Amino acid sequence: MTAETLAPQTQDDHPDMNDMRKIAMWAFLGSECLFFGSLITTFLVYRTRTGDGPSAADLFDIPFTSVSSFILLMSSLTMVLAHHSATRKDWRQMRVWLVATALLGMVFLSGQVFEFTEFVHEGLTVTTSPFGSSFFVLTGFHGAHVAIGVLLLLTTAFHSYSGRLRQGEGMNVEMIGLYWHFVDIVWIVIFTVVYLLQV
Amino acid sequence: MSDSNQHQPTPRDYWIVALILAVITGAEVAITYADALDSVVAPMLIAMSAAKFTIVVGYFMHLKYERKLYRNLFLIGLIAAPVLFGAVLFSFGVLIGN
Repeated sequence: MTAETLAPQTQDDHPDMNDMRKIAMWAFLGSECLFFGSLITTFLVYRTRTGDGPSAADLFDIPFTSVSSFILLMSSLTMVLAHHSATRKDWRQMRVWLVATALLGMVFLSGQVFEFTEFVHEGLTVTTSPFGSSFFVLTGFHGAHVAIGVLLLLTTAFHSYSGRLRQGEGMNVEMIGLYWHFVDIVWIVIFTVVYLLQV
Repeated sequence: MSDSNQHQPTPRDYWIVALILAVITGAEVAITYADALDSVVAPMLIAMSAAKFTIVVGYFMHLKYERKLYRNLFLIGLIAAPVLFGAVLFSFGVLIGN
């Protein structure tokens, strides 16, 4: 090989770079299935061990959580529309949908904070019982994933607005989109297994 | 997004998919309150949840249109999780009602 063929290219213009990023992202999401699988399994093992604390049936407000779930589900729609705008290089529209997705994510997080506060007032904390521990750890980790997603969305929208993200912008949005949709599908499982099947 | 030449969804398709997801979510909540369905509510909820999961992964994450390599990487985790944790739940007696 000549020195010329070994000359480094910038990451963004390397033809295989986008493919490598997508491979890495899908492998990461596959590993996240195992991470959340372990937390959901722990919840299922301990769901009836409530000790002296309240149980799921005493606490869960299904209509409220249904609205939260609907909001997160709709944020997947705004996210995919942001990605669609990015593929058409309609950056202004892309930023609108990115910010809309972040706002929906923040509404979901606000609902989760409200729910956690209510549960604590009703006597369920992370140390009350194995049920409380497994519930707060599972839903807390999911909430942390949503919070990270919101930060990524707002950062991308801001960078795009300030013109710092032109090259590879569509791929960045696609990566964040995959992450965001994954957070949504994890909630689909949590909503059914943790909430609907326990009341 | 994809290397394939298959039909790519349009914004209209995404809105239709979102509507279907909203309807399924509404149905999930409704059957939770339907006393007459008590004996079948769990399998129905699991089936509806699986349907929503598949729709989001297939259409919003575009896995339906993506290379097999991506699909397989995701499927490794997706299949390993229920197998591994199903075994854990079985060993704790959760799946056999202990």
